[in-house]
Amino acid sequence: MRKIGQNAVRIGATLVALILVGAILFGWAYLRDDGGLARAAEIGGPFALVDHHGKSVTDRDYLGKPTLVFFGFTNCPNVCPSTLLEITNQLEELGPDADRLNILFITVDPERDTPQQLALYLSSFDPRITGLSGTPENIFAAMKAYHIYAKKVPLKDGGYTMDHTATIAVMNSKGQYVDAMHYQAPSATTRAKLHRLLGLGNP
Amino acid sequence: MYINTFRLYRFAMSAAILSNMSVVALAQQFKANSIVIEQPWTRATPGGAKVAGGYMTITNTGSEPDRLIGGVLPQAGRFELHEMKMDGNVMQMREVLGGLEIKPGQKVQLNPSGYHVMFTGLREPLKQGDTLKGQLRFEKAGSVDIEYRVEGIGAQGPQQHSH
Repeated sequence: MRKIGQNAVRIGATLVALILVGAILFGWAYLRDDGGLARAAEIGGPFALVDHHGKSVTDRDYLGKPTLVFFGFTNCPNVCPSTLLEITNQLEELGPDADRLNILFITVDPERDTPQQLALYLSSFDPRITGLSGTPENIFAAMKAYHIYAKKVPLKDGGYTMDHTATIAVMNSKGQYVDAMHYQAPSATTRAKLHRLLGLGNP
Repeated sequence: MYINTFRLYRFAMSAAILSNMSVVALAQQFKANSIVIEQPWTRATPGGAKVAGGYMTITNTGSEPDRLIGGVLPQAGRFELHEMKMDGNVMQMREVLGGLEIKPGQKVQLNPSGYHVMFTGLREPLKQGDTLKGQLRFEKAGSVDIEYRVEGIGAQGPQQHSH
């Protein structure tokens, strides 16, 4: 009888200990995930790429001005041209104020999007948009830094297309993540965000 | 009854203008058996771009299902059927294999954010304002000659061209 009682106490103590450890782990995870703030601070980071003029650049070259960072590829039939057109229209509307912004279009398809190809493609949009390419490793590192998902999807004829995150990351002049612009957000929302970013009044 | 020749002239002119307009309006609708295709359009391509989407409305007015199985655009190396989807913030593009079914009485919209035709391997840029001849192939209705209006880069729908 006594032995059974001791065993019950032991099992009970183990259970209590397990529950405590679980609660501590859960609380720690919960605190770490503080409403996305911790994760937001992680968006962005160092990169070493080549711009569409063929010049080697790093993230540090774009400090000092707020920066919009958008990932895409030139064989993208819808999301990329639509987004770049929307940015082009917004920049046009901002006029010279838009010179105080960096706009980066980073390819997720460095195999096909050479700096020359990016230059050709971007000639159809606002000249203040910079295209960035690089080695697959450096592109992957930049994607990771900005929490960008991209995946090659083979087509039956042997070619491929890309799935990719369509969100624009908005970074302040110190290179810190401040906001996101979602695909097909109303133009008025984007305009208001750009005005806020540039310290202009309400549009 | 006396007829004012000037009035007659004016009537003839407006009739001519009206019939001209209806020719343009009709030109945006294409038929083969029970399949009706309305307002095919595509987009101008940015420099160096090798892909473009084809968009339209396809209606099956018959009592048998049909299937869009392929087509041709002379400027493109290949013609594919794709579906675009957003999974959260991620854009996904999938090839639709085996064709796109159009059920009896069904009206299927081909648009940039859903099912659409995909032209790949473009041999030349597509220019806004141009009209491109192409062909669609259906399982039952067979081949249909259509014309795509080329809208601007990133356009979200066809413009109303009434003149």
